[in-house]
Amino acid sequence: MTALSPPVATVYVKKKKTGIRWSRVVLHFFLFTMALVWLFPLVYAVYTSLRPYEETARLGYVSIGGAYNLDNYITAFTDGNLASYFLNTLIVVVPAVLLTLLLASMAAFTLSRFSWRFNLLFLMLFTAGNLLPPQVIITPLFRMFLLLPLPPLLSDNGLWYDQYFGVIAIHVAFQLGFCTFVLSNYMKTLPHEMTEAAVVDGAGVFQIYYKVIMPLVRPAFAALVVLETTWIYNDFFWALLLMKSSERMPITSALNSLKGAFFVDNNLIAAGAVIVALPTMVVFFAAQKQFISGLTLGSTKG
Amino acid sequence: MTSDVAGTAAPTPTGVGAAVAPRRKGRGLLTRRDWLILALLLGIPAFVHIFLVWVPTLASIVLSLTSWNGIGGLDRIKFVGIDNYRVLVTTYPPFWPAIQHNLIWLGVFMLIATPLGIFFAVLLDKEIRGTRFYQGALYLPVVLSLAIIGFIAQLFYSTDQGLINGVLESFGVKPVDWLGNSSLNLWAILIFASWRQVGYVMILYLAGLKGVDPTLREAAKVDGASEVQTFFRIVFPVMRPINIVVIVITVIESLRAFDLAFIINRGLNGLELLSVLVTNNIIGEASRIGFGSAIAVILLVVAVGPIIFYLTRTLREEAR
Repeated sequence: MTALSPPVATVYVKKKKTGIRWSRVVLHFFLFTMALVWLFPLVYAVYTSLRPYEETARLGYVSIGGAYNLDNYITAFTDGNLASYFLNTLIVVVPAVLLTLLLASMAAFTLSRFSWRFNLLFLMLFTAGNLLPPQVIITPLFRMFLLLPLPPLLSDNGLWYDQYFGVIAIHVAFQLGFCTFVLSNYMKTLPHEMTEAAVVDGAGVFQIYYKVIMPLVRPAFAALVVLETTWIYNDFFWALLLMKSSERMPITSALNSLKGAFFVDNNLIAAGAVIVALPTMVVFFAAQKQFISGLTLGSTKG
Repeated sequence: MTSDVAGTAAPTPTGVGAAVAPRRKGRGLLTRRDWLILALLLGIPAFVHIFLVWVPTLASIVLSLTSWNGIGGLDRIKFVGIDNYRVLVTTYPPFWPAIQHNLIWLGVFMLIATPLGIFFAVLLDKEIRGTRFYQGALYLPVVLSLAIIGFIAQLFYSTDQGLINGVLESFGVKPVDWLGNSSLNLWAILIFASWRQVGYVMILYLAGLKGVDPTLREAAKVDGASEVQTFFRIVFPVMRPINIVVIVITVIESLRAFDLAFIINRGLNGLELLSVLVTNNIIGEASRIGFGSAIAVILLVVAVGPIIFYLTRTLREEAR
């Protein structure tokens, strides 16, 4: 919650010293150097992506000069057929994020506003499930997806395997843990008077959920939408294992097969990396606050 | 488990009810319809989560005691006891290297990446100009996927087109096969894994530091404590909840390590990790379900420690 509420004003005792504070200079120098070191890999990726392969072959990768253009981006985007992979990502990410938040808000509502005998057990299950390494469950899950039937509307092979539905389902199930944990912590901080007033007015449980609580958790939703979108977009593992047709894979998982097939030189690899990183960069620049508060909501409670 | 809640457990609405109850004693606050809705609100998400996360977890444990190549129906599954585990620790060549690599991963995260992230957070917590820039630069890699980071690592490490060999070459040093050499490649990718981990820890810790009561620090300052003393004696102990989160995340992230190793060379030749061994046993030509599950169970056993540690810490707070 800390990150969503206005920052606590920090009071510092000002030293009555004049002149340059050398410790500050050293600190700035150190942090500035570190910031450059941290930025360098991405800057270098962008730089390499702008140079045609012939130029780097002639001058070497450690060089300045020669032609700069966007050819690598065009080649990577068209030859790698990236547009269709981005579409696949969209088909997975949008429903996955919406369903995760819907289901998590339902669970969090019951767990935080009502006291059931098994409250703690459920909260434990959700929280622990979210911490499991995905590889613990992948083997049985893989077999389940090959055995479970699905109607033709949702699956063209009748199974969960190699389908958007299956990948969306596992994202929802897995991310539910984190989102339920975060949302129930958030809801616990809401004053009980609000729900009490609603009950006195004769509101039913569903009305309290939908009309009273939902509007109040919007800030937490905003943070979770940004965070979950980034995480599911960035997921490499689930689609790689639970899909077979590479033309169906979301962009991040598709990178694995694109690497050998289309991204043959480092200039193209750089361009591919920058293109795929672009949406998350947008998150970085446009929704930094939500992303960070989403992360910290999970760790600093209340 | 879901039906339990719907059927037998009688929820008592303390949240809503506690304050209102006296006024409506005996009437019961929630209607039958309300119970049903509550049961559905919890039951549906719980079912999805349990069915796709906890059922497979239990199935992993059961399957690890069996032998099955995935061909034919479930009736072809044969119970073999602890055979899979015996083979794993005695004759399966990549097992011990994988354990060693996961431990190295954990060691680098615990001893270098995480402390560095905490250090940056402490520095950035001082109110200095340009904090936003510094913070942004350090946390930038956190939004990137590890698969992309694997791509970026190749730009640096590839033998004939990589930046590092390019620099070495200009000094007349022979090119090094950073990613192909099995005694170098793990360390090479750990640099990039840490690149991301540092920022992650930094963000979590910074949020925690902002929540530390400033009067504590002032008091320490008035008492003449140095900044280092203030941090270790005052701030660090107060940050206990965040410290726990950071430790748990560090351990779990080291167990989850997969993407980087897989995208570089499918986790072979020096990049063996438990997570990759699990997947290699199901997507390879010969799928060995029971054997792969045994590796998964070992991963589970290691993960259970930090998970329980985390749960008991957070739930102790819950009980308050």
